[in-house]
Formats: sequence, structure tokens, C-alpha cells
Amino acid sequence: MSADSFLPLPNPSSTPWAGVPEFPARDFLAASAGELDRGGRLCSWFGVPEGGAVRIVAVIAFDNENTLEVARSEPLRGSYPALTATHPQAHLFEREIWEQHGLEPKGHPWLKPVRKDRGAGPAVGNFFRVDGSEIHEVAVGPIHAGIIEPGHFRFQCAGEEVLHLEIALGFQHRGIEEALPGGPHRASLSQIETASGDASIAHATAYATILETLAGGEAPLRAQWIRVLALELERMANHTGDIGALAGDVAFLPTASACGKIRGDFLNLTAILCGNRFGRGLVRPGGCRHDLEPERLARLGRLLAPAIADAEEASRWFWDAASVRSRLEDIGIVTPRQATELGLVGPAARACGLVRDIRFDHPAGWYRFAQPQVAVWPGGDVFARARVRWLELQRSGRFLTDELGNGPEGEIQAEIAPAAPDALAIALVEGWRGEVCHAALTGADGRFRRYKIVDPSFHNWTGLALALRGQAISDFPICNKSFNLSYCGFDL
Amino acid sequence: MFVLDSISHRMRRGCQTMAYPDGPAPALPDRHGGALRVEPGRCPEGCGECIPVCPTQAIARPPGGTAALDLGRCIFCAACVEACPHGAIVQTGDYRLAARKREDLVLGGKGNEEVRLARALDEKLRRLFGRSLRLRQVSAGGCNACEADINVLGTIGWDLGRFGIQFVASPRHADGLVVTGPVTRNMELALRTAYNAVPEPKIVIAVGACAIAGGPFVDSPEVRNGAASVVPVDLFIPGCPPHPITILDGLLRLLGRLDEKAAGRPVQGK
Repeated sequence: MSADSFLPLPNPSSTPWAGVPEFPARDFLAASAGELDRGGRLCSWFGVPEGGAVRIVAVIAFDNENTLEVARSEPLRGSYPALTATHPQAHLFEREIWEQHGLEPKGHPWLKPVRKDRGAGPAVGNFFRVDGSEIHEVAVGPIHAGIIEPGHFRFQCAGEEVLHLEIALGFQHRGIEEALPGGPHRASLSQIETASGDASIAHATAYATILETLAGGEAPLRAQWIRVLALELERMANHTGDIGALAGDVAFLPTASACGKIRGDFLNLTAILCGNRFGRGLVRPGGCRHDLEPERLARLGRLLAPAIADAEEASRWFWDAASVRSRLEDIGIVTPRQATELGLVGPAARACGLVRDIRFDHPAGWYRFAQPQVAVWPGGDVFARARVRWLELQRSGRFLTDELGNGPEGEIQAEIAPAAPDALAIALVEGWRGEVCHAALTGADGRFRRYKIVDPSFHNWTGLALALRGQAISDFPICNKSFNLSYCGFDL
Repeated sequence: MFVLDSISHRMRRGCQTMAYPDGPAPALPDRHGGALRVEPGRCPEGCGECIPVCPTQAIARPPGGTAALDLGRCIFCAACVEACPHGAIVQTGDYRLAARKREDLVLGGKGNEEVRLARALDEKLRRLFGRSLRLRQVSAGGCNACEADINVLGTIGWDLGRFGIQFVASPRHADGLVVTGPVTRNMELALRTAYNAVPEPKIVIAVGACAIAGGPFVDSPEVRNGAASVVPVDLFIPGCPPHPITILDGLLRLLGRLDEKAAGRPVQGK
């Protein structure tokens, strides 16, 4: 049976696998391209093994219409015409499918492994090279100078100027997706919480939402409210840290020192909720593990106000300094067109003037009732990315302050029914780096047959590579900090 | 911003570095629970309720013995505390968890109710590193939480520099490595290379459940179940991630920098 259109779905949702529209290979590519051309954005594009063949599933978001769409291909073997040739936002997804399932996207301009080394090590192999007597190559990593995750950066330079940056990741690959089929297993939730460990709440919320949706229900409202409080605290902690780190990289120490401390204050607020500074163990399928009793709520409110005030003050010093502003302006520019074509998400996209925020475009959970304003800034440079973080920090602060008083009464944990068999579920959450997309397909036994995680960093690393073009190589640190992407979230 | 503004902001904030270790340690969050303790007397034979609830397979029941809880594998989710019908596994609220030997983290049986805390380096190494320790951090599959809470030690609240401990950019400048993450196959070579680049004598510190034993990724075919499978480890600091005070305690304990007062066991909720 072949279909003629994608299936529209809200966020989150679960739908019978048999009812997901199915296209022959060429029609599937043409239909996907058509959806992207009419304003769609590729959230996920992944393979599902079937017999000896592989089906491709496409999840496309229409942000203005607040709708998601899904479709799948017929089982494919060998190769298919690459979508990347016309739609660059598919480029990593198609490399990933080739790596995971051996299905070759014919005509892909840069087909190489995403995470696995195929015996050679992630940083070994073909890199794009610029030739010429004045050209030199700079290789950095996997181990970097600071206390950060590993990755490899290969710069092609003419003097100080970077002509091209290629980013090779995969060093952090822990096999999270491979471990999930047949699950949920007892370690699954912990693995999801550490998929990108500074975005534990975002990933755990997406995972819990998937299981709740597959069970045909949702968590009690009070639990959804607590999840949102934790998610916004996670955002504020990280944005504060990022502003401090940017200040450190431009040698503006007052903000760097203060933000390092204030970031910890926000982490400690999360620890009031659940004991863990990174929110581990708070979100569970069916609800939350811990409640927010009146005394604890009052304590949270009491400590939140000065933390917000401190963060705003420390950021103001930063913005008031002309030397800081001039260091950030016109550095590492990504144009709105590039951002659209690459499918950037989160603050990196909003700093190019793109209005895209899952909390607003595809609200789920408590965001159905209240959302912070979307923070957008034009320019696409380091300044804009810092500015969007600052705006979000303030707006999340106001939102949190308001929502602390709006908690609904009731349970925090509900029994959830067994997951529906042979169903496809999708859940999107706006983490602090952007869109976290989880998709799960269950088998006849209601257990996972395939689980696909897309961290926002998967979309955004290429944005950093483009931002470096034409920059001085010494601008790499502030460009990198302005994106602050996850290595392990990409590598999974 | 004018220079005077900078100075006035700076003066207003004052000194924000904590008094520890001369003063009290910062309290753990009340829901943290701290180190676990296994009461052998309350762990009846034939009961194994805690074993299947542990996400990291940290609990075993050797034949004839009581439950053996490996805090090296533990992510402190407290599922076992909730599951135990006899109250045999209890939270102590103690932030101190670092141990020198892997087996010192395994609880269970008489005399092993709690972690056997790390003793200091021997006199020779202590003379070398006690007042100046340079460390190179290697994340080998770390999720950025252990990394973040190591970074926190460098902020003004903790000011690791006052103990002479500093993180450096090159293994050649370092006295040792701090490893986070379960050691992915793709990072094994880089970790080994970094270790070899550190001049002798050198130490290795494994921070977090992943680096000690693989954490939530234990037995994944993509990881090596922790740093000790690749390099010799001198200090294990449990947690997921360990609270910054737990990491700092471990470092100071290793260097013999804690006096009796700070090394004493704190009372829960203090």
C-alpha cells in the first residue's frame, strides 16, 4: 500500500506503525523533499531494520502550523538517492543511516562515518583538505586543553584565516541507542539521563513522555509542572555558565567569576528538588519521584530570587563593557539562510532570527498552559548567541517565578499501562541547547524495537563549522563557547 | 563599564570562598542521601529484593553472605534503599566517599558496613605532590556532569588553587590524570597516550561511577567499564556525578591535607 501524503501528528503522540504512510524509495525521497521545501524542518531521519532490509522513517516539523509529520519508506536495500544532495539538513542523518544500517545514500557529497571508527579511529580517515603552498592544517583533539569532552577539530588555514573546519566526533560513543531495543531495561532511564548529562531533565522528560504516550496516557499535571520547573532551572544554570565562560574567553573576569558561582546556585536549586545537582532521579515514566512540599517550594522561591538577581547583575556588567561587545560582534556569523538549510535548533537558530522553540511551537506537558516568551536576536554572530542566552535567562527567571505559585494539586506519580505494541511514538522537548527529539518503535511485545535519539547538538555542530569560515583561528574558542554543544549527546 | 564600576562590583561581592576545610563542609542537599551503609544484621538470608532494582548491577549476593553493595558502581538513585523491606541499606548523609582501593568501595559483611575511606599517599609522593599537584583531565565518555562538577572546584566558591591543586592543559605538565567516563573504545587509545605522556611518578584519579566501573553503561560493548581497565588508578571517587565536596574531600584526603576535625564523620542533616 503506498500513500500520497505524510501523517500529521501533535507533540507528543503515538500512532500504530501500520498506519504510518509508506512510500516506495523514490516517492519517499520526493515527498520528504517536498515537505522540507514547503517549510518543514527535519527533526529525525532514521532507519528501522526489517528482515534484511531497512525502512527509513522521516519526522518533519512544521513550526508555524504546530504540527509534526511522519512517513516511512518501503524496506530498502543497497542504496537510495540521497536527500542531502538537495537538502543539506539531511547530511548527518544519511551518514548515520549508512553507518548504522549500511544503506548508501547515492550522491551524498561527504559520506563518512559519524561515530564509529570502522577500525581506524574517529579522527583518522579522509578530511576535506585545501591545497596550496600557503595552506596549513591545524589538528586539535580529541583531548582538549580544558576540562571538557573529547572531539577532533581539523582546520584548513591560510595564515590566521580559517578556510574550512571539519569536526570529527564519535569519541564519546557509549552505545545508548544500541542498548535500548528489547527495553526498557533497568539501566535505560539512567542511560537516557546521561545521554547528554547537562541536559538530563530534557532527555529524561522526552523518554518518560514517550513511555506515557505509548501507554495512552500522560503524567499527572503536578508532575508535569515539576518537570518544567526542573527544565527551566537546567536552562538557567547552563545559560549562566555559558555567559560566564564567554566572559572568561574574552578575559572579562568579573562576569566569569560571578557566573561560575551563580551557575552552581542554580544547580543547587535543582538539588533541592531531587538531591542531585543535575536532576538525576527526578523524572520517571509516569511522573516524578519527588514532590515539592510547601516548605520546599517556599525555600526554592526564597533562593531563586537572589540567584536570578545575581545572574542579571553579572550579565549586565558584561553587556555594559564596550570592550566585551566589540569582541563578540561580527564574529562567527551564521546567516539565517544557512541556519534554515542546516536545520539549526535552539539558541543557535534563534540567534539567527529564526523563531523556533518547541515550548512555543509544539508545546507539551505544562507548556500547554504557560510558556516563556521566545527569545530571538538577529545577526547570527557570537554576540547574538550570547544575547539570546541572556534573554532566555531573564525570561525563564520570570516564568519560573510565576509558575512556582501555579502548581496544581494532586499526585506526582501515576501507574502507566503497558506500552502499545507495534506503535511509533514521538516526543519533542526544548532543552537548553534546543530541540531534543526522541522516537520509539515498539514490537509485537510492546518493548522497544528501535529507539532514536536526536540531541540538538546533532543539528548544530555543522553550524559551528560554518561559523568559523573566514574567521581567525584564534576566534575558535569564543565561537565554540557561543554554541557550547554536547559531544556525548551527539555521540550517544 | 568603567574601571571604577568593576572595582565596586568586586568589593561588594567580597570573598565568596567557603571556609572548608578550616570551617564546616557545605551541607549536602537533604535529598542527596550521601554515602550508603549496609547493616549486615538486618540483611536476612534468602532475600534479594534489592538486586533487580539496581540500574547498574551494583548489588550481588554471594552465597552465604549478606548483600554486597559496590559503591563504585552505584549511581546513588536510592532504588535499593526504597526496595529493601528490612532497612538494611541506609543513607548516611556523609559526603565522604573516596577510596584508594576498588574493594574498599564494596559494602557488606562485618567490618565492611561503610566505605573504607582513602588514606594519604605515601610519604615520598606526599612530599612531591602534597603542596603542588598538577592534574590533566581526560573525559573518556563522560556525560559532562562529572566534568562540570570538577570545573566547579575552580570557581570562586571552592577555589581549588588555594590547595595548590591545578588543572593543566598538557599531560606533559601534569603529575597525574583525572579520568571521567566509562572509557569508550573510541577514547581508549587517547587515554593511554595521555597517560604515557605524564612524567613519572604519576597518579590517576577516577571520578564518577562511569570512570570507576562503567556506571549506567557497564558491560556495554562500546565501553571498557572504567579507567582501571586501561590505566592503574590510585583514587576512586564515587557518585553520579560526585558532589563537588566529595571530589574535594577525595583530593585533600589523598594529599593528606585534612586534619582530624575535617576528616571526622559528620552528622546527617548538619
